[in-house]
Amino acid sequence: MPKLKLIKRENESTMARLVVPVLSIIMAFGCGWIFLALSGYYPEVVFTKMFNGALGSPYAISETIVKAVPLMITGLAISLAFKMKLWNIGAEGQIYMGAFAASGIALALGNGSPYILIPLMMIAGFAAGALWGLIPGLLKAYWQVNETIITLMLNYIAIYWVDYLVFGPWKDPNSMGFPLTPIFSPAAQLPTWGDSRVHLGLVLAGIIAISFYLIVQYTRWGYEVRVIGESSQAARYAGMNVARNIMLVMLISGGIAGIAGMVEVAGITHRLQQGLSPGYGYTAIIVTWLARLNPFVIIIVAFLFGALLVGGFAVQIVGVSFSITQILQGTILFFLLAGEIFLRYKLVLVREEAD
Amino acid sequence: MDITALSALLAATIIAGTPILFAATGELLAERSGILNLGVEGMMLVGAAFGFISTVNTGNHWLGILAALAGGGFIASIHALVTITLRGNQVVSGLALTIFGSGLSGFLGKNYQGAPMPYQFKPLNIPVLGDIPFLGPVFFHHDAMVYLCIIIATAMWYLLYKTMWGLTIRSVGENPQAADAVGINVARVRYFCTIAGGMMAGLGGAYISLVYAPTWQENMTAGRGWIAVALVIFALWNPTRAILGAYLFGGVEALTFRLQTMGINISSFFLAMFPYIVTILVLVLVTIRRRQDAGAPEALGLAYDREER
Repeated sequence: MPKLKLIKRENESTMARLVVPVLSIIMAFGCGWIFLALSGYYPEVVFTKMFNGALGSPYAISETIVKAVPLMITGLAISLAFKMKLWNIGAEGQIYMGAFAASGIALALGNGSPYILIPLMMIAGFAAGALWGLIPGLLKAYWQVNETIITLMLNYIAIYWVDYLVFGPWKDPNSMGFPLTPIFSPAAQLPTWGDSRVHLGLVLAGIIAISFYLIVQYTRWGYEVRVIGESSQAARYAGMNVARNIMLVMLISGGIAGIAGMVEVAGITHRLQQGLSPGYGYTAIIVTWLARLNPFVIIIVAFLFGALLVGGFAVQIVGVSFSITQILQGTILFFLLAGEIFLRYKLVLVREEAD
Repeated sequence: MDITALSALLAATIIAGTPILFAATGELLAERSGILNLGVEGMMLVGAAFGFISTVNTGNHWLGILAALAGGGFIASIHALVTITLRGNQVVSGLALTIFGSGLSGFLGKNYQGAPMPYQFKPLNIPVLGDIPFLGPVFFHHDAMVYLCIIIATAMWYLLYKTMWGLTIRSVGENPQAADAVGINVARVRYFCTIAGGMMAGLGGAYISLVYAPTWQENMTAGRGWIAVALVIFALWNPTRAILGAYLFGGVEALTFRLQTMGINISSFFLAMFPYIVTILVLVLVTIRRRQDAGAPEALGLAYDREER
């Protein structure tokens, strides 16, 4: 009897590196198709709706970009932490904290010049997100406290904090009971592209991607981050300050995610409101992993996942729950993880007696 | 606080601790075999949805429990396949499981959103013990699931420390190479523990939707799956400490709820943060006190590849 066996490859397969992510997405949609059919929907109708809703018109594409921007920035933020094998799953909370601090500036300084107001909001957003990343970073660096759980718990705390503000002290008296703050003055709003909602945040995402690439590839610090990610033991022997780098990376990672929150309030909602992020912090984890931490690929993958989000909203018209988006996201990630074995191993047919 | 209020609070503590204990016991089993499963939140949600939907449609809450077991076990088997056979990253696969489970439960539960549960578990009427003043209402007026949970957690301790099976499971989690060398099927043990762990998370979820809430709401587990993961660390991978820890967290949750209804002058949003803040504090204190990963299974989170011996 011939038998299938996994043989280790000498080097990672470049071919597989390209084929696996693409196949993962296709197969996940295949599973989604079957799942929808079994649930009594017409998959072709649902997926057509999804596609048209996300990419079918210039307006649809602009909305996809709107949703992709926070995914891009957050995905970049997470990628830096993941590079050092720091499992920052607290981007969601860091987004909320960034949005909170930026809104605080916008509401307090109302009618300043946009050239002062916008940078100030950005600094505040970065600082608040950075603080939210630094807490688990500090605990990890000095006491090896599990960062996965701390970052996750901080998500809930940040979301309740924003809820407190928009239901309480910051609530717009004219909001007719809705949990939102007054709208920002035009000076605190990001400029947009023509009639669309696409805003300056897109440019910012590009700048962050390029800087990340340059810093990680060409600076001494970037080199340290890469070495620590490979083996913190080796980095310690080489005299690198691992604890300091853990804190620094978590601080920057949190800060960038905070900027995503700032961009969202300054560019899209123009106010702080409940449910500001529909899980961008979690979706961005998939984006980052799918892009294998490459900053430019993150931009492209974030666009695809932005489309998935917008498409997910669109299918609600035909009675399908938005949850289908999460099911597809999870399935894509499973196929991707499963497929990664083909980067490191190849499947060969061996005869039983050879064993 | 008078004595009836205190006994009510303690009884609520046990109820609130039960879903966390189910999930933590399951996660503990999986981690003991070396598989870190961060998908507890997703598995609990699927258990909650499966349990609720089956109970509403069949009118029998035990069938709901069976469905929750099946649902939790089913999605845990995806994690098992990805991480054990295909050696995928356990952290990321667990996150995928949480996202997937949250989506699946939301999709299936869409038409049940906010619906009440007509077929509830009834509190048992334990003779004699139930009549003891104070202790009776605290410990002996609960539904069967509460006692089942304590029995499972205790049995888990016995299984892990007093039986041959337990030794096998622990050796796979500590040193899979050595376990393999003495003829233990590492993959089979890990599959068993991961899937059984998922079934227990499913039970924990079903307890929330069938007894604790009792209704279905999207994402109703509200982070309890993650608290269960933290609890396993708190328990130093020991089921008896997990029992203690689960009721501690249950106490925090019950107290939060009481304070809200008692009209204490703190915003309800700050009270809602409380369990998560406590989780952080407890995790930090425990980690600092025992230094690093003392007590964690040696091979936790690492894929086993026979050829890399």
